[in-house]
Amino acid sequence: MQREVARATPPGGGAVRRRLSGRVLLPALALLVMVAVIFYLQPRAMSYTGMRLVLRYSLPLMFAAMAQLCIIAASDIDLGLGAYIGLVNSLSALLLAERPVLGVVSLVACVLAYAAMGAFIEARRLPSIVVTLGASFVWLGLALLVLPTPGGSSPAWLTTLVGLRPPYVPLPIVAGVLLAVVGHWLFMRSSYGVVLRGIGSTPQAVQRAGWSLLTARSVLYGLAGVFGLLAGLVLTGVNTTGDANFGAPYTLLSIAAVIVGGGEFFGGVVAPVGAVIGAFIMLLTGSLLSFMNVSTDWQLSVQGAILILVLGTRALQRRRA
Amino acid sequence: MSETTGSLVVLSGIAKQFGAVRALAGVDLTIHPGEVLAVVGHNGAGKSTLMQVLIGTIAPDAGRIAVGGRDESGGYDVRRAHALGIRCVFQELSLCPNLRVFENVRILHHRLMGLGWPRRARRLVREALDEIFPDHGIDADAAVGDLPIGQRQMVEIARAFTVTDQPVRLVILDEPTSSLGARAAEQLMQFTRRAAARGISCIFISHRLKEVLEHTDRVVVMRDGQAVSHDRAADLTEAQLVERMGVMALAAPAVAASARAGAADRAVRVDIRPIAGGEIRLLAHAGEVVGLAGLDGHGQRGTLLLAFASAGSHAAEAKVLGSVAYVSGDRPREGVFPLWSIGRNLTIGLLRRLAHGGFLSPAEERAVAEDWRQRFKIRTPDVGNPILSLSGGNQQKVLIARAFAGGADILLLDDPMRGVDIGTKQELFEQIRREADAGTCFLLYTTETQELQNCDRVYVFYRGAITEEIARAELTEDRVLRASFGQTGEAERADAA
Repeated sequence: MQREVARATPPGGGAVRRRLSGRVLLPALALLVMVAVIFYLQPRAMSYTGMRLVLRYSLPLMFAAMAQLCIIAASDIDLGLGAYIGLVNSLSALLLAERPVLGVVSLVACVLAYAAMGAFIEARRLPSIVVTLGASFVWLGLALLVLPTPGGSSPAWLTTLVGLRPPYVPLPIVAGVLLAVVGHWLFMRSSYGVVLRGIGSTPQAVQRAGWSLLTARSVLYGLAGVFGLLAGLVLTGVNTTGDANFGAPYTLLSIAAVIVGGGEFFGGVVAPVGAVIGAFIMLLTGSLLSFMNVSTDWQLSVQGAILILVLGTRALQRRRA
Repeated sequence: MSETTGSLVVLSGIAKQFGAVRALAGVDLTIHPGEVLAVVGHNGAGKSTLMQVLIGTIAPDAGRIAVGGRDESGGYDVRRAHALGIRCVFQELSLCPNLRVFENVRILHHRLMGLGWPRRARRLVREALDEIFPDHGIDADAAVGDLPIGQRQMVEIARAFTVTDQPVRLVILDEPTSSLGARAAEQLMQFTRRAAARGISCIFISHRLKEVLEHTDRVVVMRDGQAVSHDRAADLTEAQLVERMGVMALAAPAVAASARAGAADRAVRVDIRPIAGGEIRLLAHAGEVVGLAGLDGHGQRGTLLLAFASAGSHAAEAKVLGSVAYVSGDRPREGVFPLWSIGRNLTIGLLRRLAHGGFLSPAEERAVAEDWRQRFKIRTPDVGNPILSLSGGNQQKVLIARAFAGGADILLLDDPMRGVDIGTKQELFEQIRREADAGTCFLLYTTETQELQNCDRVYVFYRGAITEEIARAELTEDRVLRASFGQTGEAERADAA
């Protein structure tokens, strides 16, 4: 009897989609509503160029969100991500155009430093919140060292890449879909992704099964380093210049995007597709406010309120369940 | 000395010291292929440590390990043990709750990768579950955290028997039945027999002696870090086993009949209707120990939580008159503060009483903790030691002492003896009885029928409602079991007529 029931559910695909939608459905609906309101308030946004403009800064944010997701998957949190993005922004603006080899070497070193930070946190069993907060000052200090005043330039290839105009669908949307697919595959479908999420809830169980926690946490932080690198690079491309402080807002925005997108602070519960959607939601609050003729000074408060609202409703749902 | 050929695992002279505590003092143990072996003993007798050595999570200070006739002493670790086919089902669940059932299977099998691994993982766990627990009703796609504890335990057991590239030769089951209902426990026991016939050995670590004697071939008793006896299960009685473990036989609990007689005249403390309704209400008076029985997950815990939430309520649905304290058997999740000392863990419930103008006096805190340590015979040299330095049974003593110290009128005990050894259990039940005689009302939910003997009255739950109320004098295992499956005494009488 039970066996028949088990067979009746489609093996794999259907069930996966069902569970995925459970966590991602709400943010997706929220995004649709936001987009609808924006289009209603400002019909001109409903065009290729309009969307390009509105979504311009979604590129760095979606990569930042994916970087933060890697850390949150381990039940850690990264308070240094914004500063790190600022460092990549500064390094790439200063070096990539003029001295590409040194630029690439320095950026690879950044990623390795992130992986090493993960290994350090695991080996010394330190709280990530302290280590990443400390690291944020290191990143900021280095960035100010290489680029004391805003300046530098984006290499031509990067400007071109960020300025690409794919047919019909603007680049941020194409990039968002691609990133969501890559993230989903990485964390939810790949066999090692299971181990990566496992250490976020019950590291002892993963260790008892013979996996190295040191490797797993290093891989997660290394991945965060890679996505953070991409965020910093596209930020350089979009701004065509470097500034050590450009990255600052991305720390909190990335955390908010992951959480709004269905992730949880603890327990290795993450949703890569949701994180990308969350990044769009956090970004569009700014556009929405300006189209409603509300001062953009309110943007940060509104973004914070959304985060609290999401966490509050989720807690309420859990109590009812 | 022992026959090395034809044996699966030979441990010889295994010793392990943790600081000042000698956990293992030279243990010899041989496991044959296709054997179902039981390891019994007090909490703290060294069973868990020995098993950790066997699965490679703890390296022994001395001694040798041979598997399949080969000496493996050098470089023996989790991976090696795995490769040799040694698996373990831990007492503290070791699944990742955020992962789905089949994803947890993947965690165990390093080679389960590449295209289509989810499909293979699902098939593996479904087949294992179907074979061991035929009517499990578990969806391989469900998140483990959404499953009730009994089903989680089933998944963990089934996972240990799944095979990919490495064979299964020995499965260690550490208190496997403590979170399973009676039916699933029976299914597991029958399965280990079938597995043994295929050459898979099992080691049972259990405090349920009856189960051990009925379902294993050989019983090894551990005491003070040594294996003190090896006997064929068929040659042993429960009393002999208990004697070897070094504790007194669990005689019929000393219920003072005089004190019991007038329970009905005393103040009603709890009067609630179970979640799924039904005709029988749960009633408990001051000075009574009331048992909640039945299969795991049939509304007992929900009823306890309802009682907890309704403290001080006079509502018709749930009348709970008095202050309430709750003790959970799920120590790591709902009980201990793992980073705190034993003393702190004990006095956390008393802060209001211990505080003077918003400040605590460490000396007073310590004195109170010390007092309870002596009353409960908590085995530690110093209440300032970390709580995790205690064995599971002693941790539970701390949690129950905490509830007692709080002086609540009603104590809700949620399977409090899970994984607690028989000696400690007896001590704790004596404490409970003493406290009840002083007027405290107890609601005790337990999955072990034997523990119900310590109750004055027992309510059996089935599908969220109470199917039967059994007085202590009429309590039989048989009757509880039948009521657990929804068969009440009345229905039976009607059948007979």
